[in-house]
Amino acid sequence: MLIQNSQAIAPSRRSFLKGAGLSTSVFVLGSFVPFGRFAAAEGEAAAPAPAAAVFDPNMFLRIGSDDSVVVLCKHLEMGQGVSTGLATLVAEELDADWSKVGFDFAPNNPKVYNNLFFGSYIGTGGSTSMANSWNQMRQVGAAARAMFVAAAAKQWNVPAAEITVANAVLAHASGKSARFGELVEAAMQETVPTAVTLKDPKDWKYIGQPLPRLDSKGKTTGTATFAIDFRRPGMLTALVRRAPQFGATVKSIDDSDARKIKGVVDVVQIPSGIAVLANDTWAAMRGRDALKITWDNSLAETRSSDALVAEYRDLAATPGIVAANRGDAALGLGKASQSYEAEFTFPFLAHAPMEPLNCTIELTPDGAEIWAGSQFQSIDDYAVGQVLGVTPDKIRIHTLLGGGSFGRRANPMADWAVEAAQIAKAIGGKAPVHLLWTREDDIKGGYYRPMALHKVKAGVDEAGRIAGWQHTIVSKSIMIGTALEPMTVKDGVDATSVEGVSDTPYGIENLAVHVHNAKTAIPVLWWRSVGHSHTAHVMETTMDELAHLAGQDPLAFRLSYLKEGSRDAAVLKHVAEKAKWGQEMPKGMGRGIAYHMSFGSRVAMVAEVSVEAGALKVNRVIAAVDCGVAINPDVIAAQVEGAIGFALSAVLRNRVTFAEGVVEQGNFDDYEPTRIKEMPAVEVHVVPSAEAPTGIGEPGLPPLAPAIGNAVFAATGKRLRSLPFDLELLA
Amino acid sequence: MRRAQVGLRKILFLFLFVSVGMVALIWTAGNNASHGQATTTAAESLAAWDKIATVVEHPRCLNCHQVDSPLQGDSARLHVPLVVRGDDNMGVTGMRCTNCHSQTGNNPTSGVPGAPGWSLAPLEQNWQGVASGDICRQMLDPARNGNMNAEQLVHHFAEDELVGWGWNPGPGREAIPMPRAELTDHVKTWLAGGGACPQ
Amino acid sequence: MITLTINGKEQQLDVDPEMPLLWALRDHLNLTGTKFGCGAAQCGAFTVHIDGEAARSCSTMVGDAEGREIVTIEGLSGKVAEAVQAAWQKLDVVQCGYCQSGQIMSAITLLSANEKPTDEDINASMEGNICRCGTYVRIRDAIHEAAKALA
Repeated sequence: MLIQNSQAIAPSRRSFLKGAGLSTSVFVLGSFVPFGRFAAAEGEAAAPAPAAAVFDPNMFLRIGSDDSVVVLCKHLEMGQGVSTGLATLVAEELDADWSKVGFDFAPNNPKVYNNLFFGSYIGTGGSTSMANSWNQMRQVGAAARAMFVAAAAKQWNVPAAEITVANAVLAHASGKSARFGELVEAAMQETVPTAVTLKDPKDWKYIGQPLPRLDSKGKTTGTATFAIDFRRPGMLTALVRRAPQFGATVKSIDDSDARKIKGVVDVVQIPSGIAVLANDTWAAMRGRDALKITWDNSLAETRSSDALVAEYRDLAATPGIVAANRGDAALGLGKASQSYEAEFTFPFLAHAPMEPLNCTIELTPDGAEIWAGSQFQSIDDYAVGQVLGVTPDKIRIHTLLGGGSFGRRANPMADWAVEAAQIAKAIGGKAPVHLLWTREDDIKGGYYRPMALHKVKAGVDEAGRIAGWQHTIVSKSIMIGTALEPMTVKDGVDATSVEGVSDTPYGIENLAVHVHNAKTAIPVLWWRSVGHSHTAHVMETTMDELAHLAGQDPLAFRLSYLKEGSRDAAVLKHVAEKAKWGQEMPKGMGRGIAYHMSFGSRVAMVAEVSVEAGALKVNRVIAAVDCGVAINPDVIAAQVEGAIGFALSAVLRNRVTFAEGVVEQGNFDDYEPTRIKEMPAVEVHVVPSAEAPTGIGEPGLPPLAPAIGNAVFAATGKRLRSLPFDLELLA
Repeated sequence: MRRAQVGLRKILFLFLFVSVGMVALIWTAGNNASHGQATTTAAESLAAWDKIATVVEHPRCLNCHQVDSPLQGDSARLHVPLVVRGDDNMGVTGMRCTNCHSQTGNNPTSGVPGAPGWSLAPLEQNWQGVASGDICRQMLDPARNGNMNAEQLVHHFAEDELVGWGWNPGPGREAIPMPRAELTDHVKTWLAGGGACPQ
Repeated sequence: MITLTINGKEQQLDVDPEMPLLWALRDHLNLTGTKFGCGAAQCGAFTVHIDGEAARSCSTMVGDAEGREIVTIEGLSGKVAEAVQAAWQKLDVVQCGYCQSGQIMSAITLLSANEKPTDEDINASMEGNICRCGTYVRIRDAIHEAAKALA
C-alpha cells in the first residue's frame, strides 16, 4: 500500500482552540501514528476528539492566526538540538516560515509522545530522538499542510493540486493567496488525511540546511527557563545529606542545630538520607551543614578503588559469560606469529551536567505535578507514582530545559524524582518542594559510568592478519536489577557492557568476548555513549597495536577488515583524506586514527597531538561522520565538537575514586571538566547520506580517546592504554 | 599590642653593602629588652632566619609567591582554574583575583579564601625553587621587598592582614604551624643580628 | 537591610550579609539568568559584572557587593554586550546553554578591556568558565566574531 516517500497515517484528533483565554484562533493537529508498527497507540488515536480546550494533551502542532507554528517537542532538550531538529522536520513538510517556528515541551502522555524506539515509554536517550521521529514529525507537517491546502481549495474553488505552499503562504496561479494564519479556522474543519506523501529529498528546503537553533536567543539573554529556574509560590528548597558510603543508612540524627538556622522550615528523613527544607537555598545549605548524623555502614561499600581494580583483575583472569564467539579465538591465537596482551582500566565517571540535578514537585489532590528536566518521563512518573501510591497518569510532568545530562537525568531508578516525591510526602504536601543537588552531591552521589577493566589477548599471523582475539570485560552491569533488564540483558550479558566489542564491524574471524558482571554497591548508569565510552578505546587501540605488529599502516589495516564500499570504510577514507593521512608530521608531533560505530552512526577521527617535555597537547581533531540524512549539519558538527570537548576531560584526567568507600572527588577542582585552553581545533566533515537519520548526541565521543592515544604512540612510540592517560609515562 | 611594643623600641637602621651586588638591611637594637641581651650575633640571626624560612616555605605563603600562576591548597597544586599574573599581579580581565577572592575575608559558603590585598606576590618576590639564602636576601632588599625598611618588615610579619590570613586560612587548609608572635620574634632576632642569610 | 544596585536599580534586601550574591539574585530577586553550577568559584556559571569586572556571584558575599555596580545577564546593555550576544546567536554557540550566561558575561569583560583578543588572551580570560557540553570551539570563534563586529 505504501509508496516511496509516502507514509500511511492514522486518523487523529484535532481540536479547535478558541476563547478560553486565547484571543486568537489556533490550529491544533493531533498525533500521527504510522500504521502497523505501534498498535498500542492506534486505539487512542481513534478515540473521539475531546471538546475544545486550551490544553490538549494529544497534539504535536499548534498554528496561530499570527502564523506562529509551535511544535510540541516530545524529547528533552538538554543541548543536542532536538527541539530545533524536530521542528525542522515539521516545518519542512508544512512549508512553514522558519522565522515563525517555535517549540514547547510535550506533556507526559505516553500514548502520544512515546519514543517510537522505546515501545510505550516517553524518553530521550540512546541518541534516538531524530531517528525515531524522522517519519512521525514529517507526517505531522505533511498532514497539516494537506489540511490547509484543502481548505484553500474550497475557499478559492480551485483544485488542491494547483495550490502551492511556500513560507507559510498558500497561493494559486489565479492570483489568490493566503497565509496559514488566515486559514486556521477553515483548515481545522478539514478531515485529517489518512495518508500523506512526503517530499522528495530534492525538494527539501530546510532538511539539510544549517537552520539556526530555536533555543539560542533565550540561552544567550538569560531568559531561558531551566528546571532550576522554575518557581512556585511558597516553594521550599530541599537539600539532602546522603551517606558518605553507598549502601549506608541513617543510624541517628540530631537536627536541633539545623532547625535553629534562620530560614530552615523542616527536617525530614527519607530513605536516601536527611532532607532540610528552607525558604531559600542558602538557608537549606547552612541547615544541612548543621546536621549531626551517624551512619550505619554495615551494608555499605567500604572498598577502595585499588581493591576494586584488583578484584576486577582477578575476575578477568577467569572465564566469564560468553558475549560473542566467532570462529575459534584460542585456536587462532595458537597460530599467531606475534601476539599482544594488554590490560585497560577505566574509572567510574560522573556525568556532572552544568545544571545540577533538581526537581520541583507539588502534590495535588490525586497525584502530583512535577517541573523538571525530565529525560525519561515514563520512568519518572511511574516511580513518583509508586512513592505517592498513585498511577503514573496522576503525575503530570512539565518538562523544562535541561542544563546538560549526558545520561544522568535518565535514571531507571528515577533517583532525583523519587527523592523529591519522598520529601513532598514527608511534609504532607504542605508546600511545593524544590529538591536541589549541589555540585558535591552530584560528584559524590553515584550513578557513575561503571568502572571497567578489559583484558585483551590478540595476535597476528605470518601474513599480518589477525589470527585470534580474546577479549574479557569486567564491569558492573547498568541494566541488571532495573526495570530495563528484561529488554537489555540476555543470558546474563548486558549489551551495554560489551557493545562496540561483541558487535564490532571489523571482520575478525576468531573473536571471543567474555564479560563478568562485577558486584558493588556503587550505583552505575549510562554515561554519554554508554559502553562505547570504554569499548571503543580498547578496540581502536588494539587495532592500532596489531597494525604496528603486522607492520602495516593503521588506516590500511583497518580498511582491510571492513567491507569494501561499506559506510564504515567510506567514513574512514573520508577522514583520512581530509586529515591528509600519511603525510609526515614534525618531530614531537603525531597523528592517530580511530573509527567506531555507535547508535547507528559512524564516526572516524584523526587526532593531531604534540608531546613536548612530557606535556601532551591535542592540537586538532578532524572527524568524519555518517549519521544518515544530515537534518541539520551545523547541529551535527556542534555535537561532534562538543563530544570531543566532553570526552577530552575523561582522556586527560577525570576519575571518580574511592577511599574506603568514600568518593575522593567533590567539585570541579578535583573533577575538572575540559577548559577552553585545552580545546583543540575541530573540523567536522559530514558524509552525505540518503539513509534514515541515526543518532549524533553520543557517537562523537568514542573515537576520541583512541585517536589521541594512537597519535601519542605515533609521536613518542609510547602506548597509553588506561584512561585517564597516565601522562607521567610521557615524561 | 604588638604594634605598641615595637613603637616603644629605639630602633636604628643602617644600610650597608655586605657583598658584591647585594644590599642587605642590618638592624641593630641598642637595647633589645625583649631578648634580654645587648646584641644579637650573626649566628643567632641565621638560626632565626632558618625558623622564618620554614614559614616562608609553607604553602600558605609559598603558594602565592610564584612566577606565573599561584598554587592552591596544602598539596600546593597549580591553581584551579588556572590564573596568570597579568600586569598588576592580580590576574587578567575575567580572571582577576578579586573576581573570586573577597577583600574582606574567607567566604564560608564557597570555601574560597580571601583577605585584604589578595594577589600574587610581585615577580621579584617569587620564592618557588629559590634557595633559602636568596629568599633571605630578597626580603632584605628594598628594591625587591616592596621598599620595606626593617620596621616595616617587622610590621609586615606582625600585622599585615594578608600575611595574617596564614593563621586564619579557613577550613580545609592548614594554618601556619608557628604562632605569629613567635615568628615575629624570629624576624626581630634575625634583623637584630644583621639579617644574616645562608649562602 | 542591605542595599544593592542591580542592573541600575537599587534593591533593598533583608538578608544576612554573608549570603552569597548568587542566592540573593536567584532566590530573593528572581534574577535566574545567573546560574548555580558549583558554588565554589570553579565553573563561572554564576558570573556577573561588579564594577565592570567578571565577578563570581557564588563567592561574593552580599555584604561585599553593597555600594557597587552589579549587572546580571538580564541587565546587559551597550555595544559590546550586543555584539557578543549577536555573535553567540550567529554561530549558534549554545548547546544545553546553562553555562552561557556566564560565558557571555566573561566575554564582555574581555572585549571591553581588549578590543582584539588573541586565542591566548581568550584562553586566559575565559579559563574560569566551564562548558560541559564542550562548546569552546564556538565560544572562541564567537569572541573573535564579536571583536570583528566591534572594530
